Amino acid sequence: MEKVNDICIQVKEASVRFNIASEKVNNLKEYAIKLFKRELMFKEFYALKDVSLTVRKGESWALVGPNGAGKSTLLKLICRILSPYKGSVWVKGSIAPMIELGAGFDPNLTAGENIFINGAILGHSKQFMKEHFDEIVEFAEVSNFLGMPIKNYSSGMRARLGFAIATVVKPDILVVDEVLAVGDSAFQNKCMNRMKEMLSGGTTLLFVSHSNDTVRKMCKNAIWLDHGQVKMTGTANEVCDAYEKSQKSK
Amino acid sequence: MKKHISALRFRIKMLLKYRYLLALLVERDIKLKYRRSFLGYLWSILNPLFSMIIMMIVFSYMFGRGIKNFPVYLISGNILFAFMRDSSTLAMNSIIGNAALLKKVYVPKYIFTLSKVTSSLVNLLFSLGALLIVMVITKVPITWYCLLIVIPIIELYIFCVGLGLFLAQANVFFRDIGNIWGVVTLAWMYLTPIFYSIDNLSPVLRYWIPKVNPMYIYITQFRDFVLTGGWTWTVLIWRGLFISLLMLAIGLWSFARNKDKFILYI
Repeated sequence: MEKVNDICIQVKEASVRFNIASEKVNNLKEYAIKLFKRELMFKEFYALKDVSLTVRKGESWALVGPNGAGKSTLLKLICRILSPYKGSVWVKGSIAPMIELGAGFDPNLTAGENIFINGAILGHSKQFMKEHFDEIVEFAEVSNFLGMPIKNYSSGMRARLGFAIATVVKPDILVVDEVLAVGDSAFQNKCMNRMKEMLSGGTTLLFVSHSNDTVRKMCKNAIWLDHGQVKMTGTANEVCDAYEKSQKSK
Repeated sequence: MKKHISALRFRIKMLLKYRYLLALLVERDIKLKYRRSFLGYLWSILNPLFSMIIMMIVFSYMFGRGIKNFPVYLISGNILFAFMRDSSTLAMNSIIGNAALLKKVYVPKYIFTLSKVTSSLVNLLFSLGALLIVMVITKVPITWYCLLIVIPIIELYIFCVGLGLFLAQANVFFRDIGNIWGVVTLAWMYLTPIFYSIDNLSPVLRYWIPKVNPMYIYITQFRDFVLTGGWTWTVLIWRGLFISLLMLAIGLWSFARNKDKFILYI
């Protein structure tokens, strides 16, 4: 028996279309001329085509596939950054998006100031950020550099801080897009542990990685995308095996 | 109808949820504007003061005769117009300037536009200090009517929010807007009686400017409260309110219509 209220993400035959203009038209004169000559033709490009995905609460899904397959586009669709051209996307619960760690850091502000702004960008209140400030600083291991502008931070430090802010809340859905590649292995392990902790606490995970080992370790299910279309859905082991095979045969 | 009300309720809920972000962004703009400058926030007062002094030296020979309290007349027009120009220019770039972020995290996009207009408003409030200094020096009597300047300031703020939203969304699709807007505001400035009196204009302009130039309406209200120490024309207040709400409606409508397409163009 299927329990309908278990579903927390439902993507139904969603397509995302980009217009690649033959030349980029972004000034009025060109637009008027092209409109007049009826040359305003766009090459249509589908980043995703009729993708369906149903994720239940507490599941862990990996998105695999070559570069440009539409993995990030699907994540952005689920995070509401993009809206589908066709089809529908339905999400229940709070999302912690990690499409890029520390997106929205202002390089001129200090780390302390950025923690508050970044938290607010993720929709947290002032009260919440004050309560969790120390926890973030501790996890990111930046307590000695709080007064330093972010522009002087190394990329690893920025990633640590970004991860700490994004995971301070226990979200219903955690979306991770290959963001851990910059950190050193100690930090990567720390992040993996935190993600596993969340998973066992009932958080749903969507995970993009090019490392099949990590995928097998972290996720139970996987979806394989290629050229914007679903090639295979199944358990992580099955999909990873098939994907590895196809890469070798190339 | 019910659907609209629930949509509106959702919007208001989102605005409340992100009000802390709005406050932080405004704070950031103000902080960063004067970070590492020796005089800091004082510049917000000194800038309008200096530009008024220069304009006074230049223009008092040409237009100033016949205008009572020319320095106050000049600075009050100047700070209001500068608010409109600065806020619209900043708001115009608020979406494309935050492109990197908007591609990675979901945030209501208008928050960035609203924060730019609001931080310009804070700047305007600082420049009121300059106005006060000039009023004291030139011995313009300060009356209770001066407090009524909140009416034109609120009207102008609403107008600028609408204008900013409209420009921000238009600039995403046509980057020319950014280049042409400087010219438009320059022409607009000369069509607004800031350093001259409207009485010096030809009858045609004298008829049309009070009807169609919103800046004239807001500046005139403001000057009436500050300079004459009395009430302004009531019709100006209604007209100003009407124009500001109309501009807000245009801004909100155009922004809401196009906001989902931004991501494909930024």
